[in-house]
Amino acid sequence: MAEKIATRAVYGKCLVEFAEQYPELVVLDADLASATMTKGFAAAYPGRFFDMGIAEADMTGFAAGLAACGKKPFVNSFAMFTAGRAWEQVRNSVAYPHLNVKCVGSHGGLSVGEDGATHQCVEDLALMSAIPGMVVVNPCDGNEMRAAVKALLEYEGPAYLRLGRMAVETVTDSVEGYEFALGKAAKLREGRDVTVCATGLMVQRALAAAKILASEGISVRVLDFHTIKPLDAEAVAAAAKETGCIVTTEEHSVIGGLGSAVAACVCENCPVPVLRHGVNDEFGRSGKAELVLSHYGLTAEGIADKVRSAIALKK
Amino acid sequence: MTLHELKLRAAKARLLGLEMVYTAASGHIGGSLSAMDILTELYGEVLRVDPADPRNPGRDRFVMSKGHCTPGLYPSLALAGFFPVEDLKLFRSIEGHYSGHPDMVHVKGVDMSTGSLGQGLACAGGMALAGKIDGRDYRVYALMGDGEIEEGEIWEAAMAIHKYKLDNLCGIIDVNGLQIDGKTADVMPSEPLDAKFAAFGWHVIKADGHDFESLRAAFREAAETKGVPSMILARTTKGKGVSFMENNAGWHGKAPNAEQYETARAELLSAIKELEAE
Repeated sequence: MAEKIATRAVYGKCLVEFAEQYPELVVLDADLASATMTKGFAAAYPGRFFDMGIAEADMTGFAAGLAACGKKPFVNSFAMFTAGRAWEQVRNSVAYPHLNVKCVGSHGGLSVGEDGATHQCVEDLALMSAIPGMVVVNPCDGNEMRAAVKALLEYEGPAYLRLGRMAVETVTDSVEGYEFALGKAAKLREGRDVTVCATGLMVQRALAAAKILASEGISVRVLDFHTIKPLDAEAVAAAAKETGCIVTTEEHSVIGGLGSAVAACVCENCPVPVLRHGVNDEFGRSGKAELVLSHYGLTAEGIADKVRSAIALKK
Repeated sequence: MTLHELKLRAAKARLLGLEMVYTAASGHIGGSLSAMDILTELYGEVLRVDPADPRNPGRDRFVMSKGHCTPGLYPSLALAGFFPVEDLKLFRSIEGHYSGHPDMVHVKGVDMSTGSLGQGLACAGGMALAGKIDGRDYRVYALMGDGEIEEGEIWEAAMAIHKYKLDNLCGIIDVNGLQIDGKTADVMPSEPLDAKFAAFGWHVIKADGHDFESLRAAFREAAETKGVPSMILARTTKGKGVSFMENNAGWHGKAPNAEQYETARAELLSAIKELEAE
Protein backbone atom coordinates (compact mmCIF):
# COMPACT_ATOMS: atom_id res chain seq x y z
CA MET A 1 0.00 0.00 0.00
CA ALA A 2 1.26 3.45 -0.94
CA GLU A 3 2.32 5.87 1.75
CA LYS A 4 -0.44 8.07 3.11
CA ILE A 5 -0.22 11.84 3.06
CA ALA A 6 -2.79 14.58 3.72
CA THR A 7 -3.72 16.77 0.76
CA ARG A 8 -3.08 19.83 2.94
CA ALA A 9 0.54 18.71 3.41
CA VAL A 10 1.06 18.41 -0.33
CA TYR A 11 -0.65 21.75 -0.87
CA GLY A 12 1.75 23.45 1.54
CA LYS A 13 4.75 21.99 -0.31
CA CYS A 14 3.31 23.01 -3.68
CA LEU A 15 3.04 26.66 -2.66
CA VAL A 16 6.78 26.67 -1.99
CA GLU A 17 7.55 24.61 -5.07
CA PHE A 18 5.67 26.94 -7.43
CA ALA A 19 6.62 30.23 -5.77
CA GLU A 20 9.53 31.04 -8.09
CA GLN A 21 7.61 30.10 -11.22
CA TYR A 22 4.70 32.34 -10.21
CA PRO A 23 6.17 35.52 -8.73
CA GLU A 24 2.71 37.08 -8.37
CA LEU A 25 1.61 34.27 -6.01
CA VAL A 26 0.93 35.66 -2.53
CA VAL A 27 -0.46 33.69 0.40
CA LEU A 28 -2.79 34.91 3.14
CA ASP A 29 -3.76 33.00 6.24
CA ALA A 30 -6.03 33.62 9.21
CA ASP A 31 -3.92 32.43 12.14
CA LEU A 32 -3.93 28.81 11.00
CA ALA A 33 -0.67 28.57 9.07
CA SER A 34 0.41 25.47 10.98
CA ALA A 35 -2.84 23.68 10.23
CA THR A 36 -3.41 24.83 6.66
CA MET A 37 0.29 24.11 6.01
CA THR A 38 1.09 27.54 4.62
CA LYS A 39 3.82 27.87 7.26
CA GLY A 40 6.43 26.52 4.85
CA PHE A 41 5.64 29.25 2.36
CA ALA A 42 5.63 31.80 5.19
CA ALA A 43 9.15 30.77 6.18
CA ALA A 44 10.50 30.64 2.64
CA TYR A 45 8.81 33.78 1.29
CA PRO A 46 8.05 36.08 4.23
CA GLY A 47 7.57 39.07 1.94
CA ARG A 48 4.78 37.27 0.11
CA PHE A 49 2.97 35.80 3.13
CA PHE A 50 0.44 37.76 5.16
CA ASP A 51 -1.04 36.56 8.41
CA MET A 52 -4.30 38.47 8.60
CA GLY A 53 -5.26 37.25 12.05
CA ILE A 54 -8.59 35.69 12.90
CA ALA A 55 -10.47 37.84 10.41
CA GLU A 56 -11.53 35.84 7.36
CA ALA A 57 -13.82 38.51 5.91
CA ASP A 58 -11.02 41.04 5.90
CA MET A 59 -8.56 38.47 4.54
CA THR A 60 -10.87 37.79 1.60
CA GLY A 61 -11.31 41.50 0.91
CA PHE A 62 -7.55 42.06 1.00
CA ALA A 63 -7.16 39.21 -1.47
CA ALA A 64 -9.68 40.86 -3.80
CA GLY A 65 -7.69 44.10 -3.69
CA LEU A 66 -4.42 42.27 -4.27
CA ALA A 67 -5.92 40.44 -7.26
CA ALA A 68 -7.27 43.72 -8.65
CA CYS A 69 -3.63 44.86 -8.73
CA GLY A 70 -2.32 41.78 -10.54
CA LYS A 71 -1.41 39.44 -7.68
CA LYS A 72 -2.43 35.78 -7.49
CA PRO A 73 -3.63 35.54 -3.88
CA PHE A 74 -4.37 32.21 -2.19
CA VAL A 75 -6.41 32.76 0.98
CA ASN A 76 -6.35 30.05 3.61
CA SER A 77 -8.40 28.98 6.57
CA PHE A 78 -10.55 26.04 7.53
CA ALA A 79 -13.28 25.26 4.99
CA MET A 80 -15.84 26.32 7.58
CA PHE A 81 -14.44 29.87 7.59
CA THR A 82 -13.09 30.30 4.06
CA ALA A 83 -16.38 29.19 2.54
CA GLY A 84 -18.70 29.83 5.46
CA ARG A 85 -17.67 32.85 7.49
CA ALA A 86 -16.44 34.81 4.46
CA TRP A 87 -19.05 33.54 2.00
CA GLU A 88 -20.45 36.93 1.20
CA GLN A 89 -17.01 38.47 0.73
CA VAL A 90 -16.19 35.63 -1.67
CA ARG A 91 -19.42 36.30 -3.53
CA ASN A 92 -19.38 40.09 -3.71
CA SER A 93 -15.74 41.15 -3.48
CA VAL A 94 -14.16 38.21 -5.33
CA ALA A 95 -16.55 36.37 -7.62
CA TYR A 96 -18.82 39.20 -8.80
CA PRO A 97 -15.86 41.16 -10.21
CA HIS A 98 -14.33 37.82 -11.35
CA LEU A 99 -11.07 38.44 -9.51
CA ASN A 100 -8.24 35.95 -9.56
CA VAL A 101 -8.47 34.81 -5.94
CA LYS A 102 -8.07 31.19 -4.89
CA CYS A 103 -10.09 30.51 -1.75
CA VAL A 104 -8.63 27.51 0.02
CA GLY A 105 -10.58 25.63 2.66
CA SER A 106 -8.57 23.17 4.67
CA HIS A 107 -10.03 20.60 7.05
CA GLY A 108 -13.07 20.09 4.86
CA GLY A 109 -15.72 17.55 5.82
CA LEU A 110 -16.12 15.25 8.81
CA SER A 111 -12.51 14.03 8.83
CA VAL A 112 -11.60 17.08 10.92
CA GLY A 113 -12.42 14.56 13.62
CA GLU A 114 -12.10 15.58 17.25
CA ASP A 115 -13.00 19.28 16.87
CA GLY A 116 -16.57 18.29 16.09
CA ALA A 117 -19.49 19.85 14.28
CA THR A 118 -18.55 23.53 14.50
CA HIS A 119 -15.42 22.83 12.47
CA GLN A 120 -16.66 19.98 10.26
CA CYS A 121 -17.83 21.84 7.18
CA VAL A 122 -20.11 19.63 5.12
CA GLU A 123 -21.56 22.54 3.16
CA ASP A 124 -18.53 24.23 1.58
CA LEU A 125 -18.88 22.65 -1.85
CA ALA A 126 -22.55 23.68 -1.92
CA LEU A 127 -21.84 27.22 -0.72
CA MET A 128 -19.09 27.78 -3.25
CA SER A 129 -20.88 26.04 -6.13
CA ALA A 130 -23.88 28.31 -5.68
CA ILE A 131 -21.80 31.38 -6.57
CA PRO A 132 -21.90 32.24 -10.28
CA GLY A 133 -18.63 31.53 -12.06
CA MET A 134 -16.84 29.85 -9.14
CA VAL A 135 -14.66 26.87 -9.98
CA VAL A 136 -14.84 24.28 -7.18
CA VAL A 137 -12.08 21.71 -6.75
CA ASN A 138 -11.73 18.86 -4.25
CA PRO A 139 -8.70 16.64 -4.96
CA CYS A 140 -8.62 13.09 -3.63
CA ASP A 141 -4.91 12.59 -2.97
CA GLY A 142 -1.53 14.29 -2.92
CA ASN A 143 -0.75 13.56 -6.53
CA GLU A 144 -4.00 15.12 -7.64
CA MET A 145 -3.57 18.04 -5.26
CA ARG A 146 -0.25 18.95 -6.85
CA ALA A 147 -1.85 18.96 -10.30
CA ALA A 148 -4.79 20.98 -8.99
CA VAL A 149 -2.61 23.69 -7.45
CA LYS A 150 -0.68 23.99 -10.69
CA ALA A 151 -3.90 24.19 -12.71
CA LEU A 152 -5.36 26.82 -10.39
CA LEU A 153 -2.21 28.93 -10.67
CA GLU A 154 -2.70 28.87 -14.43
CA TYR A 155 -6.44 29.53 -14.25
CA GLU A 156 -7.38 33.23 -14.14
CA GLY A 157 -10.51 33.63 -12.06
CA PRO A 158 -12.14 32.86 -8.73
CA ALA A 159 -11.92 29.30 -7.45
CA TYR A 160 -12.39 27.27 -4.30
CA LEU A 161 -10.01 24.47 -3.35
CA ARG A 162 -10.79 22.02 -0.54
CA LEU A 163 -8.00 20.39 1.44
CA GLY A 164 -8.27 17.47 3.81
CA ARG A 165 -6.85 17.11 7.28
CA MET A 166 -6.22 13.39 7.46
CA ALA A 167 -3.60 11.40 5.59
CA VAL A 168 -4.96 9.52 2.59
CA GLU A 169 -3.56 6.91 0.28
CA THR A 170 -2.22 8.14 -3.05
CA VAL A 171 -4.15 6.33 -5.77
CA THR A 172 -4.08 8.49 -8.88
CA ASP A 173 -0.37 8.02 -9.57
CA SER A 174 -0.82 4.34 -10.32
CA VAL A 175 -3.74 4.75 -12.73
CA GLU A 176 -2.66 4.28 -16.34
CA GLY A 177 -3.45 7.30 -18.47
CA TYR A 178 -4.40 9.49 -15.50
CA GLU A 179 -4.36 13.15 -16.46
CA PHE A 180 -5.59 16.11 -14.48
CA ALA A 181 -7.63 18.74 -16.27
CA LEU A 182 -9.91 21.23 -14.51
CA GLY A 183 -13.52 20.32 -15.20
CA LYS A 184 -12.75 16.81 -16.48
CA ALA A 185 -13.53 13.77 -14.35
CA ALA A 186 -10.78 11.15 -14.23
CA LYS A 187 -11.77 7.56 -14.92
CA LEU A 188 -9.93 5.52 -12.32
CA ARG A 189 -11.61 2.18 -13.00
CA GLU A 190 -13.68 0.89 -15.90
CA GLY A 191 -16.96 -0.90 -15.24
CA ARG A 192 -20.24 -1.93 -16.91
CA ASP A 193 -22.94 -2.29 -14.28
CA VAL A 194 -22.82 0.95 -12.31
CA THR A 195 -20.75 4.11 -12.01
CA VAL A 196 -19.60 5.54 -8.72
CA CYS A 197 -18.94 9.28 -8.99
CA ALA A 198 -16.65 10.16 -6.09
CA THR A 199 -14.83 13.22 -4.84
CA GLY A 200 -12.17 13.89 -2.23
CA LEU A 201 -11.29 11.12 0.18
CA MET A 202 -14.33 9.11 -0.91
CA VAL A 203 -12.47 8.27 -4.12
CA GLN A 204 -10.24 5.76 -2.33
CA ARG A 205 -13.29 4.31 -0.61
CA ALA A 206 -15.07 4.05 -3.95
CA LEU A 207 -12.14 2.07 -5.36
CA ALA A 208 -12.26 -0.20 -2.32
CA ALA A 209 -16.03 -0.62 -2.76
CA ALA A 210 -15.46 -1.54 -6.42
CA LYS A 211 -13.17 -4.36 -5.29
CA ILE A 212 -15.74 -5.67 -2.80
CA LEU A 213 -18.43 -5.57 -5.49
CA ALA A 214 -16.21 -7.22 -8.08
CA SER A 215 -16.11 -10.26 -5.84
CA GLU A 216 -19.91 -10.30 -6.10
CA GLY A 217 -19.73 -10.12 -9.88
CA ILE A 218 -20.68 -6.43 -10.09
CA SER A 219 -18.54 -4.38 -12.45
CA VAL A 220 -18.09 -0.81 -11.15
CA ARG A 221 -16.82 2.22 -13.03
CA VAL A 222 -15.18 4.76 -10.72
CA LEU A 223 -15.04 8.39 -11.77
CA ASP A 224 -12.99 10.85 -9.76
CA PHE A 225 -14.67 14.27 -9.75
CA HIS A 226 -11.86 16.45 -8.46
CA THR A 227 -13.77 19.32 -10.06
CA ILE A 228 -17.31 19.73 -8.76
CA LYS A 229 -17.89 22.84 -10.84
CA PRO A 230 -17.84 23.08 -13.75
CA LEU A 231 -19.19 19.54 -13.70
CA ASP A 232 -17.97 17.16 -16.39
CA ALA A 233 -21.40 16.60 -17.94
CA GLU A 234 -19.96 14.43 -20.72
CA ALA A 235 -18.52 11.94 -18.26
CA VAL A 236 -21.82 11.88 -16.35
CA ALA A 237 -23.86 11.31 -19.52
CA ALA A 238 -21.52 8.57 -20.71
CA ALA A 239 -21.75 6.89 -17.31
CA ALA A 240 -25.54 7.03 -17.35
CA LYS A 241 -25.79 5.61 -20.85
CA GLU A 242 -23.09 2.98 -20.54
CA THR A 243 -23.66 1.70 -17.00
CA GLY A 244 -27.36 2.48 -16.48
CA CYS A 245 -27.18 3.72 -12.91
CA ILE A 246 -25.05 6.01 -10.77
CA VAL A 247 -24.03 6.34 -7.14
CA THR A 248 -22.40 9.57 -5.98
CA THR A 249 -20.25 9.69 -2.87
CA GLU A 250 -18.78 12.66 -1.03
CA GLU A 251 -17.59 13.74 2.41
CA HIS A 252 -20.16 16.51 2.28
CA SER A 253 -23.88 17.00 2.64
CA VAL A 254 -25.88 15.19 -0.02
CA ILE A 255 -27.50 18.59 -0.54
CA GLY A 256 -25.74 20.93 -2.94
CA GLY A 257 -22.49 19.10 -3.58
CA LEU A 258 -21.41 16.46 -6.09
CA GLY A 259 -24.53 14.35 -5.60
CA SER A 260 -26.90 17.20 -6.33
CA ALA A 261 -24.88 18.29 -9.35
CA VAL A 262 -24.70 14.79 -10.84
CA ALA A 263 -28.37 14.08 -10.11
CA ALA A 264 -29.43 17.31 -11.81
CA CYS A 265 -27.23 16.58 -14.79
CA VAL A 266 -28.58 13.04 -15.18
CA CYS A 267 -32.22 14.13 -14.81
CA GLU A 268 -31.81 16.77 -17.48
CA ASN A 269 -29.84 14.74 -19.99
CA CYS A 270 -30.16 10.99 -19.62
CA PRO A 271 -32.45 9.87 -16.77
CA VAL A 272 -31.31 6.74 -14.94
CA PRO A 273 -31.34 5.94 -11.21
CA VAL A 274 -28.95 8.11 -9.16
CA LEU A 275 -28.40 7.46 -5.45
CA ARG A 276 -26.52 9.99 -3.37
CA HIS A 277 -24.14 8.82 -0.67
CA GLY A 278 -22.77 11.39 1.77
CA VAL A 279 -23.83 13.21 4.90
CA ASN A 280 -27.61 13.11 5.21
CA ASP A 281 -28.65 16.62 6.22
CA GLU A 282 -27.08 16.42 9.64
CA PHE A 283 -24.19 17.87 11.60
CA GLY A 284 -21.03 16.00 12.41
CA ARG A 285 -19.71 15.09 15.85
CA SER A 286 -16.43 14.66 17.65
CA GLY A 287 -14.36 11.52 17.40
CA LYS A 288 -11.31 10.06 15.75
CA ALA A 289 -11.59 10.93 12.07
CA GLU A 290 -11.89 7.35 10.82
CA LEU A 291 -14.47 6.52 13.49
CA VAL A 292 -16.50 9.63 12.65
CA LEU A 293 -16.48 8.68 8.97
CA SER A 294 -17.63 5.17 9.89
CA HIS A 295 -20.34 6.56 12.18
CA TYR A 296 -21.83 8.40 9.21
CA GLY A 297 -21.40 5.46 6.87
CA LEU A 298 -18.71 7.11 4.77
CA THR A 299 -16.97 3.79 4.17
CA ALA A 300 -16.35 1.40 1.30
CA GLU A 301 -19.10 -0.84 2.67
CA GLY A 302 -21.46 2.16 2.83
CA ILE A 303 -20.82 2.86 -0.83
CA ALA A 304 -21.21 -0.83 -1.71
CA ASP A 305 -24.64 -0.86 -0.06
CA LYS A 306 -25.73 2.15 -2.11
CA VAL A 307 -24.45 0.46 -5.25
CA ARG A 308 -26.49 -2.68 -4.57
CA SER A 309 -29.58 -0.48 -4.08
CA ALA A 310 -28.89 1.44 -7.28
CA ILE A 311 -28.51 -1.72 -9.32
CA ALA A 312 -31.82 -2.99 -7.91
CA LEU A 313 -33.46 0.14 -9.30
CA LYS A 314 -32.24 -0.49 -12.84
CA LYS A 315 -34.97 -1.53 -15.24
CA MET B 1 -8.69 72.95 -10.67
CA THR B 2 -9.52 76.25 -9.01
CA LEU B 3 -11.88 76.34 -6.07
CA HIS B 4 -14.47 77.94 -8.30
CA GLU B 5 -14.13 75.19 -10.92
CA LEU B 6 -14.50 72.54 -8.26
CA LYS B 7 -17.61 74.16 -6.83
CA LEU B 8 -19.12 74.42 -10.28
CA ARG B 9 -18.30 70.80 -11.12
CA ALA B 10 -19.80 69.62 -7.83
CA ALA B 11 -22.95 71.64 -8.49
CA LYS B 12 -23.29 70.09 -11.95
CA ALA B 13 -22.61 66.62 -10.53
CA ARG B 14 -25.41 67.11 -7.99
CA LEU B 15 -27.83 67.91 -10.77
CA LEU B 16 -26.69 64.87 -12.76
CA GLY B 17 -27.10 62.65 -9.70
CA LEU B 18 -30.61 63.95 -9.15
CA GLU B 19 -31.49 63.33 -12.81
CA MET B 20 -30.14 59.80 -12.59
CA VAL B 21 -32.27 58.91 -9.60
CA TYR B 22 -35.35 60.57 -11.07
CA THR B 23 -34.92 58.87 -14.46
CA ALA B 24 -34.29 55.48 -12.86
CA ALA B 25 -37.09 56.11 -10.36
CA SER B 26 -34.81 54.62 -7.72
CA GLY B 27 -31.38 55.10 -6.21
CA HIS B 28 -29.60 56.63 -3.26
CA ILE B 29 -29.59 60.40 -3.49
CA GLY B 30 -29.05 61.49 0.15
CA GLY B 31 -25.61 60.00 0.68
CA SER B 32 -24.60 60.82 -2.88
CA LEU B 33 -25.24 64.50 -2.26
CA SER B 34 -23.37 64.41 1.03
CA ALA B 35 -20.35 62.79 -0.65
CA MET B 36 -20.36 64.90 -3.83
CA ASP B 37 -17.82 67.51 -2.76
CA ILE B 38 -15.46 64.81 -1.47
CA LEU B 39 -15.78 62.96 -4.80
CA THR B 40 -15.29 66.16 -6.77
CA GLU B 41 -12.13 67.01 -4.86
CA LEU B 42 -10.85 63.45 -5.38
CA TYR B 43 -11.50 63.25 -9.13
CA GLY B 44 -10.78 66.91 -9.78
CA GLU B 45 -7.64 67.33 -7.78
CA VAL B 46 -6.33 64.40 -5.76
CA LEU B 47 -6.41 61.19 -7.79
CA ARG B 48 -3.67 60.61 -10.36
CA VAL B 49 -5.86 58.86 -12.90
CA ASP B 50 -6.13 59.13 -16.67
CA PRO B 51 -9.52 58.54 -18.32
CA ALA B 52 -7.66 57.59 -21.50
CA ASP B 53 -5.76 54.86 -19.64
CA PRO B 54 -8.13 53.78 -16.85
CA ARG B 55 -6.33 50.52 -16.04
CA ASN B 56 -2.82 51.93 -15.81
CA PRO B 57 -1.14 49.82 -13.11
CA GLY B 58 0.56 52.88 -11.66
CA ARG B 59 -2.64 54.89 -11.16
CA ASP B 60 -4.13 55.90 -7.86
CA ARG B 61 -7.12 53.76 -6.84
CA PHE B 62 -10.48 54.79 -5.46
CA VAL B 63 -12.84 52.38 -3.73
CA MET B 64 -16.42 53.55 -3.24
CA SER B 65 -17.05 51.44 -0.19
CA LYS B 66 -20.44 53.10 0.33
CA GLY B 67 -21.29 51.63 -3.05
CA HIS B 68 -24.95 52.61 -3.07
CA CYS B 69 -23.87 56.19 -3.77
CA THR B 70 -23.43 55.66 -7.51
CA PRO B 71 -25.45 58.85 -8.14
CA GLY B 72 -22.38 60.50 -6.62
CA LEU B 73 -19.68 58.33 -8.18
CA TYR B 74 -20.95 58.01 -11.75
CA PRO B 75 -21.40 61.76 -12.36
CA SER B 76 -17.92 62.30 -10.89
CA LEU B 77 -16.46 59.74 -13.31
CA ALA B 78 -18.41 61.17 -16.25
CA LEU B 79 -17.35 64.74 -15.54
CA ALA B 80 -13.76 63.54 -15.14
CA GLY B 81 -14.01 62.11 -18.66
CA PHE B 82 -14.22 58.36 -18.07
CA PHE B 83 -17.44 58.00 -20.05
CA PRO B 84 -20.01 60.30 -21.70
CA VAL B 85 -22.41 62.18 -19.41
CA GLU B 86 -25.11 60.86 -21.75
CA ASP B 87 -24.47 57.34 -20.39
CA LEU B 88 -25.87 58.35 -17.00
CA LYS B 89 -29.35 57.89 -18.50
CA LEU B 90 -28.64 54.15 -18.39
CA PHE B 91 -28.33 54.17 -14.60
CA ARG B 92 -30.11 51.12 -13.14
CA SER B 93 -31.40 50.26 -16.62
CA ILE B 94 -31.44 46.81 -18.19
CA GLU B 95 -30.21 48.53 -21.34
CA GLY B 96 -26.77 49.25 -19.90
CA HIS B 97 -24.19 48.26 -17.33
CA TYR B 98 -24.54 51.21 -14.97
CA SER B 99 -25.83 49.09 -12.11
CA GLY B 100 -27.21 50.38 -8.87
CA HIS B 101 -23.84 49.67 -7.28
CA PRO B 102 -20.35 50.10 -8.82
CA ASP B 103 -19.21 47.40 -11.24
CA MET B 104 -15.49 47.36 -12.01
CA VAL B 105 -15.88 44.91 -14.88
CA HIS B 106 -18.16 47.06 -17.00
CA VAL B 107 -17.85 50.69 -15.89
CA LYS B 108 -14.72 52.56 -16.89
CA GLY B 109 -12.95 54.17 -13.98
CA VAL B 110 -14.43 51.93 -11.29
CA ASP B 111 -11.55 50.29 -9.44
CA MET B 112 -13.55 47.90 -7.25
CA SER B 113 -17.03 46.41 -7.35
CA THR B 114 -18.75 47.36 -4.13
CA GLY B 115 -22.20 47.68 -2.69
CA SER B 116 -22.32 45.20 0.13
CA LEU B 117 -21.42 47.53 2.96
CA GLY B 118 -18.22 47.16 4.91
CA GLN B 119 -16.25 45.35 2.21
CA GLY B 120 -14.46 48.22 0.47
CA LEU B 121 -11.88 49.13 3.07
CA ALA B 122 -10.36 45.63 3.09
CA CYS B 123 -10.23 45.65 -0.72
CA ALA B 124 -8.48 49.01 -0.60
CA GLY B 125 -6.09 47.47 1.93
CA GLY B 126 -5.23 44.72 -0.54
CA MET B 127 -4.58 47.29 -3.26
CA ALA B 128 -2.34 49.32 -0.98
CA LEU B 129 -0.49 46.17 0.07
CA ALA B 130 0.08 45.27 -3.60
CA GLY B 131 1.53 48.73 -4.11
CA LYS B 132 3.97 48.20 -1.25
CA ILE B 133 4.96 44.74 -2.53
CA ASP B 134 5.62 46.12 -6.00
CA GLY B 135 7.32 49.29 -4.80
CA ARG B 136 4.85 51.49 -6.66
CA ASP B 137 4.01 54.97 -5.46
CA TYR B 138 0.28 54.96 -6.15
CA ARG B 139 -2.14 55.85 -3.39
CA VAL B 140 -5.44 54.18 -2.52
CA TYR B 141 -8.54 55.97 -1.26
CA ALA B 142 -11.66 54.39 0.22
CA LEU B 143 -14.84 56.32 0.95
CA MET B 144 -17.14 54.94 3.64
CA GLY B 145 -20.37 56.02 5.23
CA ASP B 146 -20.68 56.62 8.96
CA GLY B 147 -23.49 54.07 9.03
CA GLU B 148 -21.42 51.61 7.04
CA ILE B 149 -18.67 51.48 9.62
CA GLU B 150 -21.03 49.54 11.88
CA GLU B 151 -19.96 46.52 9.80
CA GLY B 152 -17.34 44.46 11.63
CA GLU B 153 -15.18 43.96 8.56
CA ILE B 154 -14.28 47.67 8.63
CA TRP B 155 -12.62 47.18 12.00
CA GLU B 156 -10.88 44.00 10.90
CA ALA B 157 -9.50 45.98 7.96
CA ALA B 158 -8.56 48.89 10.22
CA MET B 159 -6.36 46.51 12.24
CA ALA B 160 -4.77 44.90 9.19
CA ILE B 161 -4.10 48.17 7.34
CA HIS B 162 -2.36 49.48 10.44
CA LYS B 163 -0.43 46.23 10.88
CA TYR B 164 1.05 46.49 7.39
CA LYS B 165 1.78 50.24 7.80
CA LEU B 166 -0.17 51.09 4.68
CA ASP B 167 0.51 54.82 4.69
CA ASN B 168 -0.36 54.79 0.98
CA LEU B 169 -3.99 54.29 1.99
CA CYS B 170 -6.37 57.04 2.98
CA GLY B 171 -9.84 56.32 4.26
CA ILE B 172 -12.57 58.93 4.21
CA ILE B 173 -15.74 58.68 6.25
CA ASP B 174 -18.69 60.70 5.02
CA VAL B 175 -20.00 61.64 8.46
CA ASN B 176 -23.53 62.79 7.70
CA GLY B 177 -24.98 61.38 10.90
CA LEU B 178 -27.87 59.55 9.26
CA GLN B 179 -28.62 56.03 8.07
CA ILE B 180 -31.76 54.33 6.77
CA ASP B 181 -33.50 53.90 10.09
CA GLY B 182 -32.66 57.34 11.41
CA LYS B 183 -29.84 59.06 13.25
CA THR B 184 -26.64 57.06 13.44
CA ALA B 185 -26.42 58.10 17.06
CA ASP B 186 -29.72 56.32 17.72
CA VAL B 187 -29.42 53.30 15.40
CA MET B 188 -25.92 52.36 16.50
CA PRO B 189 -23.81 54.99 18.21
CA SER B 190 -20.33 54.88 16.69
CA GLU B 191 -18.78 58.06 18.05
CA PRO B 192 -16.16 59.00 19.02
CA LEU B 193 -14.82 57.99 15.61
CA ASP B 194 -11.63 60.02 16.03
CA ALA B 195 -10.69 58.25 19.25
CA LYS B 196 -11.63 54.85 17.82
CA PHE B 197 -9.48 55.13 14.72
CA ALA B 198 -6.68 56.72 16.71
CA ALA B 199 -6.83 53.74 19.06
CA PHE B 200 -6.51 51.47 15.99
CA GLY B 201 -3.29 53.30 15.18
CA TRP B 202 -4.56 55.52 12.39
CA HIS B 203 -3.71 59.18 11.81
CA VAL B 204 -7.08 60.90 12.09
CA ILE B 205 -7.83 64.13 10.23
CA LYS B 206 -11.02 66.13 10.63
CA ALA B 207 -12.39 68.05 7.70
CA ASP B 208 -15.44 69.90 6.48
CA GLY B 209 -16.75 67.65 3.75
CA HIS B 210 -18.30 70.54 1.86
CA ASP B 211 -15.29 72.88 1.97
CA PHE B 212 -12.76 72.25 -0.80
CA GLU B 213 -9.96 74.04 1.02
CA SER B 214 -10.55 71.95 4.11
CA LEU B 215 -10.67 68.75 2.04
CA ARG B 216 -7.53 69.67 0.13
CA ALA B 217 -5.61 70.31 3.33
CA ALA B 218 -6.86 66.96 4.71
CA PHE B 219 -5.77 64.99 1.64
CA ARG B 220 -2.40 66.73 1.68
CA GLU B 221 -1.91 65.91 5.36
CA ALA B 222 -2.81 62.29 4.66
CA ALA B 223 -0.30 62.07 1.80
CA GLU B 224 2.40 63.53 4.02
CA THR B 225 1.71 61.14 6.89
CA LYS B 226 4.23 58.30 6.85
CA GLY B 227 4.23 54.98 8.65
CA VAL B 228 0.52 54.80 9.46
CA PRO B 229 -2.68 55.02 7.40
CA SER B 230 -4.84 58.11 7.55
CA MET B 231 -8.56 58.46 8.12
CA ILE B 232 -10.33 61.67 7.14
CA LEU B 233 -13.51 62.25 9.09
CA ALA B 234 -15.42 64.53 6.74
CA ARG B 235 -18.38 66.19 8.41
CA THR B 236 -21.18 66.48 5.88
CA THR B 237 -24.89 67.12 5.44
CA LYS B 238 -26.94 64.30 4.01
CA GLY B 239 -28.89 65.55 0.99
CA LYS B 240 -26.61 68.59 0.66
CA GLY B 241 -27.78 71.10 -1.94
CA VAL B 242 -31.48 70.23 -1.98
CA SER B 243 -33.21 72.04 0.88
CA PHE B 244 -35.95 69.50 1.58
CA MET B 245 -33.54 66.56 1.40
CA GLU B 246 -30.98 68.00 3.79
CA ASN B 247 -30.62 66.17 7.10
CA ASN B 248 -33.58 63.94 6.30
CA ALA B 249 -32.99 60.19 6.59
CA GLY B 250 -36.08 59.62 4.46
CA TRP B 251 -34.06 60.62 1.38
CA HIS B 252 -31.50 57.85 1.86
CA GLY B 253 -32.78 55.61 -0.89
CA LYS B 254 -35.84 57.20 -2.40
CA ALA B 255 -36.49 58.79 -5.79
CA PRO B 256 -38.32 62.12 -5.91
CA ASN B 257 -41.73 62.37 -7.54
CA ALA B 258 -42.20 64.80 -10.46
CA GLU B 259 -43.03 67.77 -8.27
CA GLN B 260 -40.18 67.13 -5.86
CA TYR B 261 -37.84 66.64 -8.79
CA GLU B 262 -38.75 70.00 -10.29
CA THR B 263 -38.25 71.77 -6.98
CA ALA B 264 -34.88 70.08 -6.40
CA ARG B 265 -33.81 70.69 -9.99
CA ALA B 266 -34.66 74.38 -9.72
CA GLU B 267 -32.57 74.71 -6.56
CA LEU B 268 -29.57 72.96 -8.11
CA LEU B 269 -29.87 74.90 -11.37
CA SER B 270 -29.95 78.17 -9.49
CA ALA B 271 -26.81 77.14 -7.59
CA ILE B 272 -25.10 76.43 -10.90
CA LYS B 273 -26.23 79.78 -12.34
CA GLU B 274 -24.97 81.64 -9.29
CA LEU B 275 -21.58 80.01 -9.62
CA GLU B 276 -21.45 80.68 -13.34
CA ALA B 277 -22.24 84.34 -12.70
CA GLU B 278 -19.32 84.71 -10.27
